[in-house]
Amino acid sequence: MFELSPQDWTAIALSLRVAVVSTLIALPFGIAIATVLARASFWGKSALDALVHLPLVLPPVVTGYLLLITFGRKAPVGAFLADHFGIVFSFRWTGAALACGIMAFPLMVRAIRLSIEAIDKRLEHAAATLGANPVSTYATVTLPLALPGIIAGMMLAFARALGEFGATITFVSNIPGETQTISAAIYTLTQVPGGDAAALNLVIVSIIISFAALLASEWFARRAAARLHGS
Amino acid sequence: MLAVQAEKQLGEFAVNVSFTSDTAATALFGPSGAGKTSVINMIAGLLKPERGRIVLGDEVLFDSVTGINVPTWRRRVGYVFQEGRLFPHFSVKRNLDYGRWVSGHASNPRQLSHVIDLLNVGHLLDRRPGKLSGGERQRVAVGRALLMQPRLLLLDEPLASLDTARKHDILPYLERLRDEARVPLIYVSHNAAEIKRIASRVVRLDSGKVVETGGIELLDGARADVLA
Repeated sequence: MFELSPQDWTAIALSLRVAVVSTLIALPFGIAIATVLARASFWGKSALDALVHLPLVLPPVVTGYLLLITFGRKAPVGAFLADHFGIVFSFRWTGAALACGIMAFPLMVRAIRLSIEAIDKRLEHAAATLGANPVSTYATVTLPLALPGIIAGMMLAFARALGEFGATITFVSNIPGETQTISAAIYTLTQVPGGDAAALNLVIVSIIISFAALLASEWFARRAAARLHGS
Repeated sequence: MLAVQAEKQLGEFAVNVSFTSDTAATALFGPSGAGKTSVINMIAGLLKPERGRIVLGDEVLFDSVTGINVPTWRRRVGYVFQEGRLFPHFSVKRNLDYGRWVSGHASNPRQLSHVIDLLNVGHLLDRRPGKLSGGERQRVAVGRALLMQPRLLLLDEPLASLDTARKHDILPYLERLRDEARVPLIYVSHNAAEIKRIASRVVRLDSGKVVETGGIELLDGARADVLA
């Protein structure tokens, strides 16, 4: 009775691809912004902080709309990227990844920032007295100690990307095989009379994926914490 | 030869010190809150004086007039912190090796094994700092600072976090360090008995100022602290 149609599989594969790609691409930016917010002090820092958190408080359709008028094929940034680098976002899975990455970004930055702020700076001072320049100190002390927070941030971003709906559907629509993620597919099925039974299968799949991701991140976080505390 | 002349306002508290050190081991002695740690933080480059000049050998580490301020990581001044500050995510061996590794020098197994023997930490190499006792942790911290081949070694109350029995265990290692490692020491403590065993010269601090300098006989007037 639990049988997935080819369209279901397509949506599942697309959702996973979008979530993984958006999380991995957001990661270096997330670490960089989190470091800046945790450690640097400069004019306009609260503005940057607010900007990063904006997707968390804006209605997702508003974020999707803003993406549309910025990264659409005829929009300024979108046209530039398409003409010079061949990168097209509108109505492509890459656009879904962009939307998911932006929606997930505040959660990722927040988790990483908190873990960097919790690091004992005196360990970084100790590294400096041992001859480590600031870059080496960051790479060998700060980042490894922030690892549990980085894992948590990736997990939150992945989960957020997997569940993203509003911004994605507004920005890149709901095209089977290209931009129709699990969420969009469930939505589509529920719009058809009698489609709720088929939707249930995808609902179960998304529960399984979320649960697996949660368990995996718990496992990684526990391993990282054990590494830090010596066992 | 170390020459320190430094002024720094820290909230309500002002540090204004001037002293030199040219012996194997000089103690900074004084009650807690006298500014001892602030002074060695300025020598290490972790705290920037407002005015003054710090010279080690023939290198100016800090000079407020000419604007010289060599960053901590280029000073080659070793520092043993009161609480050890070992890196929790590295094994003891990688902690010991950190200074060499991070500055990209070739490994020197002879020196490594010499320091491991000197401080008797050979059986701890694969452990994580979280699994060490207080005394073991401080010995590893001393070894880690020694292995970056410092020109000067700062020790900030290295025994303060240990109980009396542990102190007596560690003191012989510190004496060997002074006699064998050929690195001048600046030893910070509020404990006269401890200082008498390690140092030959005493700089006595109180309320952020140098009140006396001299040999260890200077401590005879001080309250005869037992090692506690």
